[in-house]
Amino acid sequence: MTDATLTHTPPADSLFRRNLRDFRRNRLAMASVIVMLIFVIMTVAAPLIAPHDPNQTDLFRRLQPPAWIDGGDWRFVLGCDGLGRDILSRIIYGARISIFIGVVVIVLATGVGILAGLAAGYFRGWVDVVIGRVVDILLGFPYLIFAIGLMAMMGPGLVNIVLALAYKEWVIPCRVVRGETLAVRELEYVEAARALGAGSGHIMWREILPNIMSPVIVVSTIRMANVIILEASLSFLGLGVQPPTASWGSMVSDGRAFILEAWWVSTFPGLAIVLLVLAINVASQGLRDAFDPRFSE
Amino acid sequence: MSLLQVTNLSKQYEGRLSLAQRLTGGRKTVVRAVSDVSLHVNKGEVLGLIGESGCGKSTLGRAILRLHEPTEGKVEFDGTDVTALSPPALKAIRRRMQIIFQDPYASLNPRRTVAEIVGLPLALHGIASGEEARAITTQVLKRVGLQPDQIDRYPHQFSGGQRQRIGIARALVSNPEFIVCDEPVSALDVSIQAQIIALLLELKQELGLTYLFISHDISVIGYLSDRVAVMYLGEIVETGPVASVLDNPRHPYTQSLLSAVPEIGAKRAKGRVRLQGDLPSPLNPPSGCKFHTRCPLAIPICQTLVPLTQAVGAEHHAACHRLHEGLNLLEGAQ
Amino acid sequence: MTVLLEVTNLRTEFSARAGLVRAVDGVSLQISRGECLGVVGESGSGKSVTFSSIMGLVRPPGRVTQGTIFFDGRDLRGMSPEEMRGVRGRDIAMTMQDALTALNPALTIGEQLAEVLVAHDETLPTGRAARRVAIKDRCVEMLGLVGIPSPDSRLRQYPHEFSGGMRQRIMIAIALACRPKLLIADEPTTALDVTIQAQVLELISDIRARMGMAVALITHDLGVVAEHCDRVMVMYAGQVVEEGPTEDVIGHPRHPYTRGLLASIPRPAMRGQPLTPIKGQVPNLMGLAPQCRFHSRCPLAEPSCLVEVPMLSAGPGRRARCLRLEETV
Repeated sequence: MTDATLTHTPPADSLFRRNLRDFRRNRLAMASVIVMLIFVIMTVAAPLIAPHDPNQTDLFRRLQPPAWIDGGDWRFVLGCDGLGRDILSRIIYGARISIFIGVVVIVLATGVGILAGLAAGYFRGWVDVVIGRVVDILLGFPYLIFAIGLMAMMGPGLVNIVLALAYKEWVIPCRVVRGETLAVRELEYVEAARALGAGSGHIMWREILPNIMSPVIVVSTIRMANVIILEASLSFLGLGVQPPTASWGSMVSDGRAFILEAWWVSTFPGLAIVLLVLAINVASQGLRDAFDPRFSE
Repeated sequence: MSLLQVTNLSKQYEGRLSLAQRLTGGRKTVVRAVSDVSLHVNKGEVLGLIGESGCGKSTLGRAILRLHEPTEGKVEFDGTDVTALSPPALKAIRRRMQIIFQDPYASLNPRRTVAEIVGLPLALHGIASGEEARAITTQVLKRVGLQPDQIDRYPHQFSGGQRQRIGIARALVSNPEFIVCDEPVSALDVSIQAQIIALLLELKQELGLTYLFISHDISVIGYLSDRVAVMYLGEIVETGPVASVLDNPRHPYTQSLLSAVPEIGAKRAKGRVRLQGDLPSPLNPPSGCKFHTRCPLAIPICQTLVPLTQAVGAEHHAACHRLHEGLNLLEGAQ
Repeated sequence: MTVLLEVTNLRTEFSARAGLVRAVDGVSLQISRGECLGVVGESGSGKSVTFSSIMGLVRPPGRVTQGTIFFDGRDLRGMSPEEMRGVRGRDIAMTMQDALTALNPALTIGEQLAEVLVAHDETLPTGRAARRVAIKDRCVEMLGLVGIPSPDSRLRQYPHEFSGGMRQRIMIAIALACRPKLLIADEPTTALDVTIQAQVLELISDIRARMGMAVALITHDLGVVAEHCDRVMVMYAGQVVEEGPTEDVIGHPRHPYTRGLLASIPRPAMRGQPLTPIKGQVPNLMGLAPQCRFHSRCPLAEPSCLVEVPMLSAGPGRRARCLRLEETV
């Protein structure tokens, strides 16, 4: 920029609050956050919101179309599936699985990734080599095939899905953290801390980590959308959450058999996936724009 | 009495080899950033270390503090061999040896408040905590010319000169005896530069500090140093009392460095030497005297034989083969 | 000497988040043919923005909002972007402080030099082969002119293969390729070591004498100005505060800021004497009141200084923006 802008005193608030204000100005991102919030509320308050029991079968309502189509019923707004279960209620309960798995996997993976990435980037040497090799090997497998293999070995179940997804997901934050750490550890304020007598722990946690969190948070949110798709894919393949528990992936999979006669069975859970993933992606892009100085201004 | 004694200090960096290079028998590239440097700093004085970019002056400053581990040689501080200290002992001595950095932007953690940045040494060394630490921090900030109500602000809310004051406060808070000033005013505007220089000199008087002042600016070094050391490609080529070195430079590099500085006001009394060419790469330094590739006085022996450091006056030393001829580029030119 | 560049009452504003920043406010200047004008100021003084404005290089959020710019009798502000492109590079050339980022890392030096020639030089022959030879010859000639050894072979090298001083020379060669009437050198030596800095400055002076080109040397270093410029213009907070022949201004500064600046420079001869720094900091350029911008830091300031101060005559060929000029003689 110009040399004039260097001299004016910045407003008297913290960097974080300024970033947050930038983010709030981004309308699209704010809309996405609201969509995400709606989904979160759905997961928490599912029993209160859902009009029906998601597992209640009713063969008389088998493949009942959505309300606005002939033969529909306003009590079952989005229609019913092959076993006569209410699709809306199942989507609401299914959000629990998707969001739970998305959040848990990302938190787990980010935690592990930060530890490994910080160690690799800060200590370099053999630590970096070992972690780097593990990362390379894990990256070598296609993600989905890897997860399918693991699920086949461990058997289905919620905990196993989380493990299968987190097992490889940590590689992404790890690489981000390592790269940022390599850059930040060379900065003078890190050297200053060492000159003052600070140890490795202090430098990694207090000096480096706070300065690299923005890109990590941004990457993690983007990846959360990915994890949700992966979970849906596993469920679609029958390796995910087991019936009768509702999951968006398995719902899409169930509807496949009737796709010509009853399109709504697959379409509405599919739309839910698209909407949530889109909302997370847009929000994370807004986050990136607001928090990563390389993208702002 | 010398507070700091550096003996034959060297620092080299080895380039990393890729697997392919290792398989094909490639040799490691070695950069000798500092080679075989000896110097001392007396208690209460300012030793000005001058040289151009890439000459190794910053590396030397960091090697003395063991921020970069020296490859060879010894650093003694107040009788203690710093190079042999264990990590806890090193941490303890860092209370007494501090550093001020060049870049007032990169040297402060953007996510910490001034109170946290300046108070860090107090916490690390268990000097003070809580309210007491805050009181000490406020006091030091006041001393370097900042307002006490600015203590909870973040670095980006300050100008370059103010940030440099924060950096100085951080170095001072643990009550050190010796400070490496690594180009502390080079990034600042002229009027701010003068404020910081004045502050550093005041603090030195008041607190009885000893400085190793690193700079590429001869005017600054000439103004505030007691003694000067001139560095070229990792070696010290001339050292001595400031008046003696500046008025009667003996090494041809010092002579050309002095003549290159643009002067204000009075017309240049002496002639002007123009060095030809660029600084050679430290990856592949010249043989013999490292300055021979650019030296207007070079003779064949300079290409093969490393010149020894000789006394040329009271405490004034230089390393050049042609010292005894008493040549001065500045008088010969014009 | 005839006037080559005449700028009157130039104003450039940047709209920032918090408001309007007047980076250049009412700057008037003249450069005669073949003259070297030194432009001195600290960061935020508007010295670089002034010349980007003249070159038509200010981009949003920045905007030139007022003033006239006449170059060689032509009105630059009235020109279309296409016409301005014709002026830039051919009639007025500019070199940047950081030669590494100003040169394209993906193109060889020869390609970058040829690019300027092709864009601006109408004297090149039209036949393809003859044109190629002519361009090559001109490139070799320009590199030779700026003192790059074996220019023939170095044309094929990339910017990263040159040292900092050499890159600055290359940028000067590119700037000079079309023999401009005015060279704007923006901090050409700030990134360089003293011994290299001296080489580059002498090169600019030398070429100026040989080509009869005018130079605007933007710098923060009064020493550089003292040795290389005919006239000097001192800027502070977006305004010119003092101008005149270099020897007069530096020998007998009249504006308190120029005096303070000169007194701030540490000199070996002043050992042991205290420095007299200018107190305080450059004011925030946002929402400045119409009054002397230096008064908060000025040792001579008094209540009557809180009015808008015009440039006043301060001797032959000299002007300064201070109400208390008679006290500074």
